[in-house]
Amino acid sequence: MLWPVLGPRLTFRQRLGVRKTLGRAAYVFLLGTTLVGIATLAALLLDILLDGLPWLSVDFFTNYPSRHPEQAGIRAALFGTLWMAALTALLCFPIGVATAVYLEEYTSQNWLSRIFNTNISNLAGVPSIVYGLLGLAIFVHTLSLGRSVLAGALTMTLLVLPVVIVSAQEAIRAVPDAHRQGAYALGATKWQTVRNIVLPAALPGILTGTILAMARAVGEAAPMIAIAALVYLTFTPVSPLDRFTVLPIQIFNWVSRPQAEWQGVAAAAIGVLLVLMLGMNAAAILLRNKYQRRSEE
Amino acid sequence: MVQATAPSEVFHVRDLNFYYGMFRALRGINLAIPRQRIFALIGPSGCGKSTLLRCFNRMNDLIPGARVEGEVLFNGADLYAPEVDPAEIRYRIGMVFQKPNPFPKSIFDNVAFGPRINGYTGDIAEVVERALRRAALWDEVKDRLKQSAYALSGGQQQRLCIARALAVEPEVILMDEPCSALDPAATLAIEDLIRELSKEYAIVLVTHNMQQAARVSDRTAFLMMDESRSGFLVEEGETEEIFANPHDKRTEAYITGRYG
Repeated sequence: MLWPVLGPRLTFRQRLGVRKTLGRAAYVFLLGTTLVGIATLAALLLDILLDGLPWLSVDFFTNYPSRHPEQAGIRAALFGTLWMAALTALLCFPIGVATAVYLEEYTSQNWLSRIFNTNISNLAGVPSIVYGLLGLAIFVHTLSLGRSVLAGALTMTLLVLPVVIVSAQEAIRAVPDAHRQGAYALGATKWQTVRNIVLPAALPGILTGTILAMARAVGEAAPMIAIAALVYLTFTPVSPLDRFTVLPIQIFNWVSRPQAEWQGVAAAAIGVLLVLMLGMNAAAILLRNKYQRRSEE
Repeated sequence: MVQATAPSEVFHVRDLNFYYGMFRALRGINLAIPRQRIFALIGPSGCGKSTLLRCFNRMNDLIPGARVEGEVLFNGADLYAPEVDPAEIRYRIGMVFQKPNPFPKSIFDNVAFGPRINGYTGDIAEVVERALRRAALWDEVKDRLKQSAYALSGGQQQRLCIARALAVEPEVILMDEPCSALDPAATLAIEDLIRELSKEYAIVLVTHNMQQAARVSDRTAFLMMDESRSGFLVEEGETEEIFANPHDKRTEAYITGRYG
């Protein structure tokens, strides 16, 4: 680099100047790379806001999809998304927490538990469309649940379960062993220790992980396209066995239309989806901060 | 199964070997621990004092690969007999740990934890107050029982842990270097408390602080480890005797600070 050429002939002070210039260059480069990400996101948000804001109204939330852009709304998709997220949370929270408790508290570190743990991490990396097709085969067809909210939620549960399990495992592992020992020393059984000491201490971390997993479920399009299909629905689900659609599908549908107005409608729906996801992420962060501060008291 | 031990003894250890997997942490321990007195276990780091202490309430059972040979009799009955449930043992034999380890709950709930999980049906507030009074903590916390236990100082937290152990009315209290994480003032408060509690309970105290053993205990056992790092008992006797007139050169070297 510069060093062998310039190095020996320069005075210390001159070399110091070169070093400082290199340091400033590194600073500018690092700042620049950071700004690429942030600027892209800001541009995206601004674009969505400018395109979508004119289309946002109360009617947009209460109307069903329509052939006329000015009458089109996200009622069916929003309710479908909320139904799907709520059912997924109900299913994956108990299964995920129970699995994590079993793996962390009840199995010793042997080859079997290592296989379990490795494969759970692997499952988190499986492409989501694979889960969609799996859900289509098992829940929609084999179990004859049809293209229902329940089938969608079960599929989404499979998809986010590894994330919930791993985050719950981390939260459980973070509970100091001294707490468990204290409980055992008072005559507590394993289950009493888990139920009364470990789970309450790990709960904030578990909830944070679950909310983040839900945020992911709300934003997933691929598996839902396999399950719910691209449909034009003019009703909202009233039972888990009703048909449904979700926001990402609705957005996909609108974006793929040639007329310019639909781009605005799609942008408005994207805005709603983003607010929903950012809200969930913010809730997770607030929850974590609140309990972190409490446990440091 | 009752065996012949003197009624004045709460624990009787016979030919105890203890293993962590292949490693023998204790070998050939023979020891009798009397009632209503303070029994100190002293010795250099790694000599197995804490391991021996944890044999008395089967806390070692929680470590994978831990194994006991020989006998530990509690009130004359074998602690390691197959029909004995470790949870019951730990209910009857309280333990206080090296670092104060209150649960992340309120002061009240910390003390109430033991009675609650053991199905106590009476007035829990009364049990909590009695335990806190006996641990000399009541006057400091009576107006803030609902506060987090973490709001207490280190010494108060350790007294809370003692109260938590007392709340289940144990017969013995095991203390594993209970003052090693505390400042001198808090240490003195705990030592006074230990002396006070010894009127009602047998106390087994592990300490690496010889002055503490000399100040507090009635009897003292000195442990060391051999070439293969197995802990063994060097000698045991009345504390005054051990400190003033040890029979074994190694004990003398240790208590006069010439060890190692």
